[in-house]
Amino acid sequence: MSDTHHDHGHEHGHHHREPESVLSLRVRALESLLVEKKLVASDAVDRIVSAYEEDIGPHNGAKVVARAWLDPAYKQRLLADGTAAIEELGFGGVDLKVVENRSGVHNMVVCTLCSCYPHALIGLPPVWYKSFEYRSRAVREPRVVLREFGLDLPESVEIRIWDSSAELRYLVLPERPAGTEGLSEGELAGLVSRDSMIGVAVARPPAPAAR
Amino acid sequence: MNGIHDMGGMHGFGRVDREENEPVFHAPWEGRVLGISRACSAQHLFNIDESRHGIERMAPVDYLAASYYERWLDRTVRLLVEKGVITREELDRRMAQLAGGGDPAPPHRDPKLLDRMLRATKERTHFRQPGPPPRFAAGDRVFTRTDAPEGHTRLPRYARGKYGVIDAVHGTFIFPDTNAHGQGEQSHALYSVRFDANDLWGASAEPCSPVHLDLWERYLEPAGAAPGRSTS
Repeated sequence: MSDTHHDHGHEHGHHHREPESVLSLRVRALESLLVEKKLVASDAVDRIVSAYEEDIGPHNGAKVVARAWLDPAYKQRLLADGTAAIEELGFGGVDLKVVENRSGVHNMVVCTLCSCYPHALIGLPPVWYKSFEYRSRAVREPRVVLREFGLDLPESVEIRIWDSSAELRYLVLPERPAGTEGLSEGELAGLVSRDSMIGVAVARPPAPAAR
Repeated sequence: MNGIHDMGGMHGFGRVDREENEPVFHAPWEGRVLGISRACSAQHLFNIDESRHGIERMAPVDYLAASYYERWLDRTVRLLVEKGVITREELDRRMAQLAGGGDPAPPHRDPKLLDRMLRATKERTHFRQPGPPPRFAAGDRVFTRTDAPEGHTRLPRYARGKYGVIDAVHGTFIFPDTNAHGQGEQSHALYSVRFDANDLWGASAEPCSPVHLDLWERYLEPAGAAPGRSTS
């Protein structure tokens, strides 16, 4: 930001408990103006913030993945029309394309131009997903990037990179880990990390105690 | 535009840093910026393409120095000023007022706005709109245009002037290049296009790592059946 004209955030002595940053003050001022113009309601902003902090997160996507692992017909529908298939589980707000990892094929999602990401299923993106490092490198040296994430795939495995350049959002369907026969949908969902649905990790193996 | 935001393939940024147990927001103001921005969308003050282009137009040095939600704040203020909703002077004055204590804005409740904002997180998107039938089919070879438009586009630099293959036909979608500039939705065919890593990065390509981009038909030209790339 090129804001240099305010230093109020560094003043002491008024009612704020600690100095407020210029950014925070600027955002409060923007919200105040828009509330005054009846364009924004603060309780609506509160509700959206809490929705992303509490309700909308990777547990949603994990549920979709676990269902696909257990139900081959659901998996087929999910791969054919992701948007319709997640509606069956009560999720939406996204035009979804699901890409499946399988023997010899690994998928990995990036948005080189901004930060496109399937919020409804895995929440707001982590800082690294929006970072210049990931955005610049994922398309050009995916194998090096994946190794930094601890995932070292042999050259025989094709890595398909999906650069989310339009309004479709991509979700990776990770491979079901071995040794998970008989696990419930909830237990399976517990193995599905956010990163495995972005494609920078694989699903976790089951803990021995889970059997 | 050939902006700083168009980062695919750039060198020099280093390792990807990750934060363990990262919070959804790193400061309360980040959440406010997200919520305010969502409210502005729900009020149709700007569309998604104007919003992306608003960030792209940040001065490159500012873009690189700003955090993610600082870029959102910059964009939101920029667009609201351009659209005449607020002025920068008004914002500065309000900052000074708030810094002095108290908030002159009377509380405002709008259950219908909240409802629209919540529904946007759950309902089908509106980006698919009717348009002319697609010109290409899965398997067709295409060549991406080399244009460097000054305005908004979703064809990144690293994929311009390249050969690719249509992987899937997605249907017809609102065209960002016009919708970002008040030139209408001009919905038309969107494709998933697969690019061989060698066609994008030449000798420095990693093995077996094709890149897929979702590209509108106006970014594409037919490339014929044969490879042909040795002569072009």
